[in-house]
Parts: sequence; C-alpha cells; structure tokens
Amino acid sequence: MATVHFTSNLRRHVDCPRVESTGGTVKAVLDGAFASNPQLRHYILDDQGALRKHMRILIDGQAIIARHHLSDIVTPTSQIWVMQALSGG
Amino acid sequence: MARSVMVSTRKGLFEVSKGSRGWGVREAHFIGDNVTLSLHDPRDGTDYAALNHGHFGIKLHRRDKGKKRWKEITTPAYPKKPETLVDLDGWGKPVNWSTQLIWSMETGGPDQKGTIWVGTMPGGLFRSTDRGQSWELMESLWRHPNRNKWLGGGADIPGIHSICVDPRDPDTVRVAISCGGVWVTKDAGESWVQSAHGMRFGDGPEEGLTDPETQDPHMMVQCAADPSTFWVQHHYSIFKSVNDGVSWKEVKAKPSSFGFAVVVHPKDPDTAWFVPGIKDEKRIPVGGALVVTRTSDGGKTFKSLTKGLPQKHAYDVIFRHGLAIDDTGKRLAMGSTTGNLWISENGGDSWKLVSSTLPQVYAVRWV
Repeated sequence: MATVHFTSNLRRHVDCPRVESTGGTVKAVLDGAFASNPQLRHYILDDQGALRKHMRILIDGQAIIARHHLSDIVTPTSQIWVMQALSGG
Repeated sequence: MARSVMVSTRKGLFEVSKGSRGWGVREAHFIGDNVTLSLHDPRDGTDYAALNHGHFGIKLHRRDKGKKRWKEITTPAYPKKPETLVDLDGWGKPVNWSTQLIWSMETGGPDQKGTIWVGTMPGGLFRSTDRGQSWELMESLWRHPNRNKWLGGGADIPGIHSICVDPRDPDTVRVAISCGGVWVTKDAGESWVQSAHGMRFGDGPEEGLTDPETQDPHMMVQCAADPSTFWVQHHYSIFKSVNDGVSWKEVKAKPSSFGFAVVVHPKDPDTAWFVPGIKDEKRIPVGGALVVTRTSDGGKTFKSLTKGLPQKHAYDVIFRHGLAIDDTGKRLAMGSTTGNLWISENGGDSWKLVSSTLPQVYAVRWV
C-alpha cells in the first residue's frame, strides 16, 4: 500500500495523520484516504476535483503532472506527500 | 438592540463590545486565519464565519447560540462543470466552477428559520435551508446566458457581494454583482431578471456605459422601513432607486462619489452614509482626510462627518462590508484596510477610535 503524508500546516485545520491507501493512481489513493476522512477532500481538491492551485503532490519525490485528473501512477511502495506553498505576510 | 460588533479581518474574527471603560475588543476567534465575513442570525442566535485559507480553500464555520466552540460546516460548492461546456466570463477567460470567496451572507425571511443565502466568487448564489448543512446553487441564475457577460472588477473574477432579502416577501431577493449589475427574483430563485437599469459608467466606449449586465455596483442596501428604496455605491458614482430597483438615478456627493461602502438608516430611506475615496485609480481618502458622508434628504445634499476621524495622512480604505449600522439607526461601526476600527453612537456626528492595531478589516456587523 502507498503511504500518504500530510504537512503540519494542513493538520492544523484537519486531523490527518499519515495514512496507508491502495490504488494505482493518485486519485485512487486519495479517494481511499478521503473515505475515512471526508472533511479532508476539500482542503486538497477544489469543487471540480482538481488539485488546489497552491497545493502540490509528490510521488517518491516527483511532482505529479496531472493536477486535474490526478492520473499519475502510484506503486504499492510509493511515498506520497501532499504539500502546499506558504506565502503571505 | 445590537450589543456588539463582529469584525472580520485578515488575521481573525474579533468581538467588540462596550464595557465600563468604553468600547474594546472582548474576544478573538480564528487568530491568524483569514476571516472574510461573518453573519449573526437573530432568528436562532447562530453565528457564521467564512474563512479563506488560501491554499486549502474557502471554509464555513458555525457557532450555535450560547456555545463557545465553532464547528466547520459544509461550504457551498459548485457542481461538476460539463466537460464539453465552454464557459467564459466577460473578459473571455474560462470560469473556474469552484468557490473562491464567500462574499455575502444573509438570513432568509423571519419565518424561514434556518434559511441562509450566500453569494460567492465566481458569481454563484447559494441557499441553505438547514443552517448550512447543505447548499443549493441557484441554477437559474448561474445558467443564465447573460452570466457570460459578467466580469471581475477589482478582483479577477465576478462575485455577488450584496444580498437583499425583501422584508415584504422573502421570496423576493435582489443581489448585486461586481461586475454584473443587479438581479432580482420574485419566486424564491426560480427565475431572475436584470435590474440595474439607469446605472452607468463614466468612461469607456459609449455603447457599454449603460449596459446593465456589466455594471459594477460596489455595495447595495435596502431600507428596512421603506423597502422600495435602495442605495448603491457604484464604481462610478452613487445610485438610488425609489421603485424597487426598477430604475436607478445618479446621486452626486462631495468630496467624491467614489467608494465601496454604503449603509441606509433602517427607519428613514432618505438617510444614508458613504465613505468616499478619490477615485477608482487612487483609492485613498481625498487629501489624506478620512470622512464619512451622510445625506438626510435623499441625496440632495451631503454632510462630511469628520469628528474623531483622522484628517491628516490617513490612507484608510473602507471596504464594502466595512461599514455597518445597527437596528436603531444611531450606531455605526467602521473598520479600515489599515486596521482602524471606529464606532459612532450619534449617527456619525462623532466617532471613537476603538482600535488602531487590528489586522486589515474586511467586514463589520452588529450583533
């Protein structure tokens, strides 16, 4: 199973510890994570199901390309990080 | 009578009330987070707060009457955009069907307990009948072909910032849009028609100056005691309607007719307040002196109210929801982009500075 990690910045708003999830794509893995934590979905994806503008997902250190369809391939040993930019004053 | 003021700011939500030593900040919520708007529902005592977490999107929180804790509730969300649909705004840019700001929140009619209206960027109007547990997009307005004429003004995308639920009939609702004019439904959202006829811009190609579909009302208010009277602070000038928004007439004020905020006296349709800025390209008080203008004769004359307001090197801007009046018509609250908060208890004749150290103020509301 892939492991999905979330940042402390996101955990300030939603309780989202590291989670194990199955699936062959980013979308499938995230859907697995959201199944047990539905509130998390809209913090990461917008109303159309696309990755939010300032969010980034890394699979084993590589940023995903399919930000809308989330179709990048995930392996059973993948380490997935859900990240965000930090900005503002 | 309202007792306190909720102040929505870039870094939190603050409750301001009057104690033995005068007005002051009593409580703070969501410290560090961007609270763009709040709503107090007098029908059941519920408070609502809209947050913009930037990276993590728009969120809505609710606090039940008498409770200390806020709870995140459902945020209005757009339906799936049909894949083949080409949906462009008035600038020709693709419309992102995703809630990007909660820009207005109002309660439904007195007998519609639990009904809340929410206006958003990019222009969707939502209604909840269950205190924000679920939301319904007003599809008839969202799918109106003229929506594609709407465009962003100061922001990149259009949005609904004013919602007036008619005190005579809660099925009649008017919304004002930057930039999309004024729309009215008389059947609880089943159908909508444009209602910004008479508004105009001052500059640009002649054929577009008076097109109601692209007018930029910055803020619209309705008089509670005389609901046929509306005031609008428009991008170009001040406009007033005395016939339910069927037609609008321009009103000129000094030192300027430009601004964002407007409030109307709840019992007197001829009395309204504005906060002027130089003009659209220079959004600062005229001469660095912050004034509130008040008309008491329906817009024939305006008085500049300055007592207690900074008159030198003041660059405060009052956003459209940054001025509020209570239900007596005597007390006003005003919060600025530079974190100043003033309260007047005599209709604006004089103002008291409550705080000069708040974060940027987006909205003030009497509770």
